[in-house]
Amino acid sequence: MAAQTLFEKIWNDHVVRAEPDGTTLLYIDRHLVHEVTSPQAFEGLTVAGRTPRRPGAALAVPDHNVPTTDRRVAIADPISAKQIQTLDDNCKTFGITMFGMNDIRQGVVHVIGPEQGFTLPGMTIVCGDSHTSTHGAFGALAFGIGTSEVEHVLATQCLVQKRPKTMEVRVDGHLSPRCSAKDVILAIIGKIGTAGGTGYVIEYTGSAIRALSMEGRMTLCNMSIEGGARAGMVAPDETTFAYIKGRPMAPKGALWDQAVTAWRHLVTDPDAKYDAVVELQAETIAPQVTWGTSPGMVTGVDGNVPDPRTMGDDKLRQATERAIEYMALMPGMPIRDIKIDKVFIGSCTNSRIEDLRLAASFAKGKKVASTVHAMVVPGSGLVKQQAEQEGLDRIFKESGFEWREAGCSMCLAMNADVLQPGERCASTSNWNFEGRQGAGGRTHLVSPAMAVAAAVEGHFVDIRHWS
Amino acid sequence: MDAFTTLTGLVAPLDRLNVDTDQIIPKQFLKTIKRTGLREGLFYDWRRLKDGSQDPAFFLNQPRYHNATILLARDNFGCGSSREHAPWALLDQGFRCVLAPSFADIFYNNCFQNGILPVVLTGPQIQALFEGVTAHEGYQRTVDLAAQQVTTPDGATYHFEIDPFRKDCLFRGLDAIGLTLQQAGQITEYEQRRRTQAPWLFQDVR
Repeated sequence: MAAQTLFEKIWNDHVVRAEPDGTTLLYIDRHLVHEVTSPQAFEGLTVAGRTPRRPGAALAVPDHNVPTTDRRVAIADPISAKQIQTLDDNCKTFGITMFGMNDIRQGVVHVIGPEQGFTLPGMTIVCGDSHTSTHGAFGALAFGIGTSEVEHVLATQCLVQKRPKTMEVRVDGHLSPRCSAKDVILAIIGKIGTAGGTGYVIEYTGSAIRALSMEGRMTLCNMSIEGGARAGMVAPDETTFAYIKGRPMAPKGALWDQAVTAWRHLVTDPDAKYDAVVELQAETIAPQVTWGTSPGMVTGVDGNVPDPRTMGDDKLRQATERAIEYMALMPGMPIRDIKIDKVFIGSCTNSRIEDLRLAASFAKGKKVASTVHAMVVPGSGLVKQQAEQEGLDRIFKESGFEWREAGCSMCLAMNADVLQPGERCASTSNWNFEGRQGAGGRTHLVSPAMAVAAAVEGHFVDIRHWS
Repeated sequence: MDAFTTLTGLVAPLDRLNVDTDQIIPKQFLKTIKRTGLREGLFYDWRRLKDGSQDPAFFLNQPRYHNATILLARDNFGCGSSREHAPWALLDQGFRCVLAPSFADIFYNNCFQNGILPVVLTGPQIQALFEGVTAHEGYQRTVDLAAQQVTTPDGATYHFEIDPFRKDCLFRGLDAIGLTLQQAGQITEYEQRRRTQAPWLFQDVR
């Protein structure tokens, strides 16, 4: 057999039918469902008199709308409450397992999948959410879909797809101390641009990727979509297997051994070719900060806001001018001079236990600046519980951070956690569009360590040299 | 889904790079459990000035574009969140076609699910259309899916590429799920084969 990439192996394993023109009916192993992109899909099923083909392949959770304050009281927003209730009703009607808002296992959909062992190597995984790429960290083919396709997967357990191209993003070497997976992926997006990965599935390779923990790999793959790629993946290895073993939904006993044997083949063959290759050297990656309104508008913390006057391309110059105006920055100003009002540590990108441990290690013994409001939103109820067992919540609270319940929260501000117009936030989340965290709000994407340092100092600082 | 065959309509220009789905339809409109009625949220923040009043400079607030059915856009249109509310809102406004040099993948795909034709033209072609629409009020174009052409009243044509399967589904307004369900036998065969190879994939979620 011809040499194959990791992506090609998984793709070929899931072809139900392929037409001569390449149109493929692709089998979907797992489906994550949340309250925002599913109601119209369930309605569509009902109208057409259809039922889910494999309700046991889906897992549902409310996360986008849920309050991060006291869950014992009713949700204040009646429209949010209705959407969450609708998910509950639909899951009961169609026999889909759901972790309700007061279930300790509730959390951000891309945090709970891996946490439960629902996400496994070699799978095809979809969800009506762009950050489904997160699950590629396990060597799965995972991508975001729209609501019509949510309905399609529920009804058929398949999707009609054209095979995407493959891109290798190779990062070799050693990351600087205190630099993390978040800095790696932001640097990659800075290099390839927000449309650089359009039409591709990215495989991350190289010694710096291999050295990442599973949670680091999830952060990395999570933001593949910010680089335009619907899916990103890392080949599974011993780190992967150790992470999965013993999780509630992971295979057990003889089935585990059989699965691991199969998973060991999920690597790109030595002679396999990618359609595109991008290379970075880990040592060159500084802590990253986005300055604009697109994830590709990013630079190192030791850098400056660009000067549009130096840009030759008209469209790029206009977009840069507009972003700088929206963000209320000055062309050429040092990133370290940007003062912030809010800090958000959370989201499917950076809300797992390692993120919180790291953030707490920097927050310990420090105080959030008097001009800054800072909050920590764990990725799931189980992450929150673990953090509390380790005393991380006390460290955060003593430093002046708010400690909240799990959910998407201020990443997209569908619940009550919203930036006010003009407020500037250092955020560990993923999209930084105009108004993303609240109309008129200004978002700077950073790593958890950088977010803590900014909270304490009131402006961005280079975490590599922060005492 | 409505079929898309030929559309002759007014063109409206949105001259910005990387228009994301958060701008097309902001978060507060995602709480709905319906597909319809999203016109109110379309470009909600861009339509308004800081005091909340309508911004007369924004293209959709200008009477000359009120009945537009073809949206002219720049590179990487529809990037960001996967929300299908974006094409739903465009459709609710009356848009059946988007012309751009490039689209983000998920948005591009979502258009086809809703009877909207996303057309990729070259940068110079898109630039020429921007110049035309700005210079001439009532600027109309015809988009012919069967011929894969965008034509001007004076007969100039731009050819575009489109995946044959997607073209056929859109042209005939086919129910994509219904088509896949016709393959149920093959799906069952696949599941049976796969279940013996990789039984852990078929453990039910509990």
